[in-house]
Amino acid sequence: MYVYDEYDQRIVEDRVKQFRDQTRRYLNGELSGDEFRPLRLQNGLYIQRYAPMLRIAVPYGLLASRQVRKLAQIARDYDKGYAHISTRQNVQFNWPDLEDVPEILAELASVQLHSIQTSGNCVRNTTTDQFAGVARDELIDPRPWCEIIRQWSTFHPEFCQLPRKFKIAVNGAGNDRAAIEVHDIGLEAVHNAAGELGFRVLVGGGLGRTPMVGSFINEFLPWQHLLSYLDAILRVYNRYGRRDNKFKARIKILVKALGAEAFAEKVNAEFAHLKDGPTTLTEAEVERVARHFVDPAYLALVDLDDELSRLDNEHPGFARWRSRNTTPHKKAGYVAVTLSLKPTGTAPGDVSDKQLDAIADLADRYSFGEVRNSHFQNIILADVEQRRLFELWGELRELGFATPNVGLLTDIICCPGGDFCSLANAKSIPVAEAIQRRFDDLDYLFDLGEIDLNISGCMNACGHHHVGHIGILGVDKKGQEFYQVSLGGHSGRDARLAQILGPSFAQDDMADVIEKIIAVYVEQRHADELFIDTYQRIGIDPFKERVYAANH
Amino acid sequence: MQRIIKNGQIIDETWQLLPKDASLDDIRNSGDIIVPLALWVEHDRALLARDGGLGVWLDAGEEIEEIADQLQHFQVIALNFPAFTDGRHYSTAYLLRTRYGYGGEVRAIGDVLRDQLFALRRVGFDAFALRADKDPQDALQSFADFAEVYQASADQPLPLFRRRA
Repeated sequence: MYVYDEYDQRIVEDRVKQFRDQTRRYLNGELSGDEFRPLRLQNGLYIQRYAPMLRIAVPYGLLASRQVRKLAQIARDYDKGYAHISTRQNVQFNWPDLEDVPEILAELASVQLHSIQTSGNCVRNTTTDQFAGVARDELIDPRPWCEIIRQWSTFHPEFCQLPRKFKIAVNGAGNDRAAIEVHDIGLEAVHNAAGELGFRVLVGGGLGRTPMVGSFINEFLPWQHLLSYLDAILRVYNRYGRRDNKFKARIKILVKALGAEAFAEKVNAEFAHLKDGPTTLTEAEVERVARHFVDPAYLALVDLDDELSRLDNEHPGFARWRSRNTTPHKKAGYVAVTLSLKPTGTAPGDVSDKQLDAIADLADRYSFGEVRNSHFQNIILADVEQRRLFELWGELRELGFATPNVGLLTDIICCPGGDFCSLANAKSIPVAEAIQRRFDDLDYLFDLGEIDLNISGCMNACGHHHVGHIGILGVDKKGQEFYQVSLGGHSGRDARLAQILGPSFAQDDMADVIEKIIAVYVEQRHADELFIDTYQRIGIDPFKERVYAANH
Repeated sequence: MQRIIKNGQIIDETWQLLPKDASLDDIRNSGDIIVPLALWVEHDRALLARDGGLGVWLDAGEEIEEIADQLQHFQVIALNFPAFTDGRHYSTAYLLRTRYGYGGEVRAIGDVLRDQLFALRRVGFDAFALRADKDPQDALQSFADFAEVYQASADQPLPLFRRRA
């Protein structure tokens, strides 16, 4: 993974000093609350329902074991002993004291971590495929490009007071696991006819209050021009994005108002001035960064299909886990393993300090000392030897990470919701738990196959409900918490937004509602048809009829 | 007398900033003035005929392109921040310095606060009229917030990746 040199380290340490001074001035009254708010937000610090929430940046989800241990220590020393993996691959602490935050940042800086631009109206953490570098369907490793974008976006002087937050995602694989089409900018690596590398560039996607799938405005941007072109897009947005209404301030609203073609023309006019300027990337720089992402010291191994099948036969639990929680690896004899942070009864994405320490040890012993956070709120050991898979499964079971539900209905994406977040209209964690409890029969879950169920506690959509096959949105009705259900979203290639089923439901009814939706699917599906495919074939009406039948 | 930051020093303000609704009648023949864009657009000849120094100021929604071919007339171009979170004029200053080659004073006015000065200077501002309740002496410290930066901008022609040892 990327290792800071003295420049990177200096910048992060200077930030700690700067924020320490800003916090001091806020606490002694030199800075008003309104003046401090944008400063603390651009450092990932929210004032929440019960305590501040501090969001730590995990660039493109990648963590070294020593960083995981540091997070464990911070959870122990400054929080109530746990951390939360967010849907932007970041890590959140829900209980630090404001006064402690500068010290937490200093501790983080000692292991090359920070909270820079994890909130606020600026360019946020660039995200990518959790299987980057090991996926079989990969065209290029997106991580060097994410790091190049991270450095470009870190304290970009011109784009530090944007109209609204700005999210960039990069995909380097055949399948899109990074949900690039619902980002402010989505970048997809492509090769042209001459075999040269470039990016397809999408703008104007996003979830939130006005969800939209973005538009591709450039089919082939040569890699050298990546940063200049990003400068061009951001300049158009910074100058012309709406600032009169925060709900209409995202770039998607500007792209929609102008039309994607007219927006692209503005970008191209700006880019014409910047092209071939000093921000043009060099081969030397791309190589410098890419050197940090070369393959680890893989052994020459062979795939152990027969032996693993034998173990499957002897241990049905292992077979079930292996079929859900492992992903094929580009390297023979290796496999990527997903640790499920979605056991029933735990808030999705929550992990304790002890578990974090254990994960760091597992990373050292099984996976070259690295882990990845996924935007599905799970943690991945990307480079596990197949011959040690059974042994690892045993350890994961002990630690509570072996719930064999990755990609299934109970692998719920869920924001912290009204239990923690001051923006939320409704709680989300108890709804997730009620659904997990209702669908606790593993055989049945396996039979249902892959279903993305995403829950957001408000229309800010941190739980990505618009792109869930089943989406749940917490809404406020005259002070009461209700839940709106939508169906048919998905976040991969040709992303689609979910369609609202109808009037919202009380919290106590949610498990019943989901059960009825699933019942319609089970009755209607052809053979092994996935939920999303059945939905696309039969449409929303049969679901609507069933769910609302009792009300007529 | 108000004091402003200019090129990293605190100096006495000698320019008069005219409000948005100022008319030609408000203006004397001598003295240094900064006029709102609309007044310049309407009365450029009269303003150029004065003996005193001339500057123009743009509000956050006003675009520099409107006067891009007249920049030689202004000793000062002031850019207004109705709120410090309104970042439009960061782009304006950058364009003034890099695209239009403006070498005069680019001044930040309005809701100008210490914690934005580092970035403002990077994009091309060299003068800062801090909000009246803030101490410019304290604010000077912010220019030392960071020893190194990643991006090229008006203050630094090369991005870090072209300068790394």
